[in-house]
Amino acid sequence: MVAVPAEVRPRGFAATERRDAWWVAPLLQGLMLAVFISYATWAALQNANYHWGGYLSPLYSPLITADWIPVPPSLLILLPPVLFRATCYYYRKAYYRSYFLDPPACAVGELRAGRYRGETAFPLVLQNLHRYLFYATFLYLPFLWSDVVHATRFGGSFGIGLGTLVILANTTALTFYSFSCHSARHLVGGGLDCFSRTAASRACHAAWKGASVLNARHMLFAWMSFFTVCSADLYVRLLASGVIHDVRLL
Amino acid sequence: MEAVLKIFRGDATSGAFRDYTVPLDEGMVVLDAVHWVQAHQASDLACRWNCKAGRCGSCSAEVNGKPRLMCMTRMDHFPPGEPITLAPMKAFPVLKDLVCDVSWNYSVNRRIPAFKPAPPEADGTWRMQQVDIDRVQEFRKCIECFLCQDVCHVLRDHDRKDSFAGPRFLVRLAGLEMHPLDVESRGAHLKEEAGIGFCNITKCCTEVCPESIHITDNAIIPLKERVVDEFYDPLRRLWRRLRGSA
Amino acid sequence: MDHLETKTYDVLVVGAGGAGLRAAIEAVDQGVSVAVVCKSLLGKAHTVMAEGGVAAALATTDSRDGWRVHFRDTMRGGKLLNDWRMAQLLAQEAPARVRELEAWGALFDRTPDGRILQRNFGGHQYPRLAHVGDRTGLEMIRTLQDRTVQAQRIDVFMECTVARLLTDDGRISGALTYRRESGRFLLLRAKAVVLATGGIGRAYKINSNSWEYTGDGHALAYDAGADLIGMEFVQFHPTGMVWPLSVRGILVTEGVRGEGGVLKNSRGERFMFRYIPEMFRGDFADTEEEADRWVADVIAGRKAEARRPPELLTRDVVARAIAQEVREGRGSPHGGAFLDIASRRKAEDIRKKLPSMYQQFFELADVDITREPMEVFPTTHYMMGGVKVDPESQAATVPGLFAAGEVAGGLHGANRLGGNSLSDLLVFGRRAGAGAATYARAQSGEPGVETRQVDAITAELLAPFERKGSESPYAVQDALQDMMGTCVGIARTADDLQNALAALGELRARAGRVGVDGNRQYNPGWHTTLDLRNLLTVSEAVTRAALARRESRGAHTRVEHPDSDKRFGTVNVVVRRQGDAMTVVEEPIVPVPGELRDILEGKD
Repeated sequence: MVAVPAEVRPRGFAATERRDAWWVAPLLQGLMLAVFISYATWAALQNANYHWGGYLSPLYSPLITADWIPVPPSLLILLPPVLFRATCYYYRKAYYRSYFLDPPACAVGELRAGRYRGETAFPLVLQNLHRYLFYATFLYLPFLWSDVVHATRFGGSFGIGLGTLVILANTTALTFYSFSCHSARHLVGGGLDCFSRTAASRACHAAWKGASVLNARHMLFAWMSFFTVCSADLYVRLLASGVIHDVRLL
Repeated sequence: MEAVLKIFRGDATSGAFRDYTVPLDEGMVVLDAVHWVQAHQASDLACRWNCKAGRCGSCSAEVNGKPRLMCMTRMDHFPPGEPITLAPMKAFPVLKDLVCDVSWNYSVNRRIPAFKPAPPEADGTWRMQQVDIDRVQEFRKCIECFLCQDVCHVLRDHDRKDSFAGPRFLVRLAGLEMHPLDVESRGAHLKEEAGIGFCNITKCCTEVCPESIHITDNAIIPLKERVVDEFYDPLRRLWRRLRGSA
Repeated sequence: MDHLETKTYDVLVVGAGGAGLRAAIEAVDQGVSVAVVCKSLLGKAHTVMAEGGVAAALATTDSRDGWRVHFRDTMRGGKLLNDWRMAQLLAQEAPARVRELEAWGALFDRTPDGRILQRNFGGHQYPRLAHVGDRTGLEMIRTLQDRTVQAQRIDVFMECTVARLLTDDGRISGALTYRRESGRFLLLRAKAVVLATGGIGRAYKINSNSWEYTGDGHALAYDAGADLIGMEFVQFHPTGMVWPLSVRGILVTEGVRGEGGVLKNSRGERFMFRYIPEMFRGDFADTEEEADRWVADVIAGRKAEARRPPELLTRDVVARAIAQEVREGRGSPHGGAFLDIASRRKAEDIRKKLPSMYQQFFELADVDITREPMEVFPTTHYMMGGVKVDPESQAATVPGLFAAGEVAGGLHGANRLGGNSLSDLLVFGRRAGAGAATYARAQSGEPGVETRQVDAITAELLAPFERKGSESPYAVQDALQDMMGTCVGIARTADDLQNALAALGELRARAGRVGVDGNRQYNPGWHTTLDLRNLLTVSEAVTRAALARRESRGAHTRVEHPDSDKRFGTVNVVVRRQGDAMTVVEEPIVPVPGELRDILEGKD
């Protein structure tokens, strides 16, 4: 197709008539993501200092202690949640924009290498399996909530420390993140065409409505939970390595 | 008060941005400025418009590089003193000035499997609850301004018009697929003809939609999930095989 | 004529709004070949601007409704000047046409028992407007567009304007059109032509219409020798936006009042109580208390037992009232009335029921209608008058010519009720499509097209290119709009109308001097020049008809004849071309037969 002559409206990487600082959002987003990913990777490889009293780092939950595994067990534990995030509809937007620059921002030209296939070809076609990773990480939620319970145990008696709150906040954020998932929203009722016909479909409608309310904030939960995971790990790690002391609130 | 518009003048073979100085009025929109230029400086300046109230989706263009409806873009939205750039939509071939050839969109629409209703009730009418149609009514707000098509990088940068229907028609397909009366199946059409897999959900369509339709979250992603149900979900495929239905 | 692109069809539909598309669908269903030409892209027609709803006595929201009540409301709203047969067909067939849209995929708002929800509107005794929030027209046009596309056999020529109708021995033989994109001519030969071109709003400065509304169908039919009736009846919608200038005239849906909105003047009075005409006195609340009770019932979804608020009087009455309040010094800061829904309904309800209005005011006028009142003033909205047609087939007085929708006259009489135009499009669009198909099938052989006739027209169309720069088409159009607003507006005097005729002569001379710059490719200056001819024709028709009707009735107000005259209640003013002169004659209207008269008198 013929378009406007190239000398008048240039095409190519970063070509745009936009006047605003369009590059700020993808840059910040990319940096934030890089910081979180780097920290989480580093922490997962430590295989130490993930435990302090009743507190367990979420990066190591559920806790596996088997020394016959050749890699740090946290890597295995983290595989499903990492893939859940990697295939998440929100994170996909974030990294396609910030890292793949495909596109870097709306109405801004992009790097064009090869014929664009989107998510129709290997490996990106595997994004379609996002729901299986939802199933898998869904199984983590009971463990994460039991971590909250454990975090109230201080030498056999009930208590609440700052760490308890940090772990509670993280588990809550992860729960919201999971249930706001686009796949979950589809599975609980979004797949139906008619909601009102039967009692079951009306129940699905209620669930879908709830999921939709959460889903509208999926991006928020995605960032919040990434932040709380890293913070909770950091808190436990600093306690375990003796840098700080837990504040006991109750 | 005056403003300078830099308007693209030309066609598919040649063109340039020309400056026009326009007097400003309170509440003026970009389309008013274009009309003023037509009436006073360039009577042959081509632009499409109809309702001038954001209802028909005719006056789509790129204002300072952003796809917008000219009739809903206020002149006081821009910092005074800076020229305002006005260009035709970039994803489509330009015909003249601000007018593009959008006929490709109409040809995509023609290929979409039509609405096919379930049989009506005994009295010849249908019963539908508002909760069943709320979702589809959002999609039917679409005014076909094609701004989403314009901003979609699959069409705009990669020019995959051969394989991808674009956000507008995924919204239309969502309206048909989620219609409580419709019994047609469009899974294969979505996957093969409409090329839903080409969308990488980077959401620019949603950002520019003047009707604030949540194109990506409410139309495209749910359709992607439906396509997964039908084509990519191994357990569902196995289940269908066991039940002998596929 | 060198290389003139020519195509041949049985039926050619001019206009792709609701009436045009409905006609095309019907004609193609009857097995004839059909083409549609439209000035804009498909789906952009003015029907998308219809907000409130489509009037049909479905009786889903209030079971007391029925076609007889709808018929009576329509006739009384039209001050009994309507073609009674058309009004009867409208009332009887509208419900089936609306349900048909549902079968084609339209999704109207629902009642709690899952049927089509209906809304109250001015002049309708019961809630009667099937609607989709405040974007009913969009829903209709999209449904019809999808159906047209689905039919696959209808050729649509987008951005193509009909310049002249062609006749062969007094019969329609096709139309000469130009493609806006290239400026090239396209000859469409057809046995029958259905005009569905809409109205004439662009003859006025303050109007709610798009650039397309230049009276093309009215003028084409007139040129072809067809009769026009009721041209004096131009509807001024009571509530157009007033401020800022940029949005002046843009429509504020009657749905605002249907949802409980009230009109107030600068003293805070609900002035409409003072303007209830004798004919409607028994049907409207005379106290605010009763009016509020009605609103409370409607909001609660109960059958209203109280009488309706006077804000829901017919459009002619409300428009005149607002104009009078402003004239007498009780107007809002920008010269309008206040339309207040903010104090009547919850913000959430307003956003749900009137989303487009909310957005329109918020973005264009910096007014949040959930918190503050709107300022409104009448705006030119609709043409009641038009091509005189046979009520059954919509055939005009020229063989092979049909008309449906706004361009057709008769149905609405002296004033149209809100919501009746959308049902008009469906009911009479379908009838025109069927009428044209039947007519086309009955013709033997192709009607002829004379090369000489076509050559003369193309030369005339291209003439403005030879007259470079002497007069701007936009300036002439602007002057015409100013003049029509001043001289042929809401309240008309014989002097003003005579002045208008003189001014029209001068404007016609100026239009003859218009020259255009640039080439034939997508040239709006040229298109405006060609539209001027139609605008001048319809403006003259409106003025002459207004002069002839020496009474006030419905939308037509003559200052020196403030009352209705019984004699004028029995005649139509007919505008007809005789040679190059426009003539005006009175023709008696067919009296309402006995059983329908009983309905009108409430004896059913």
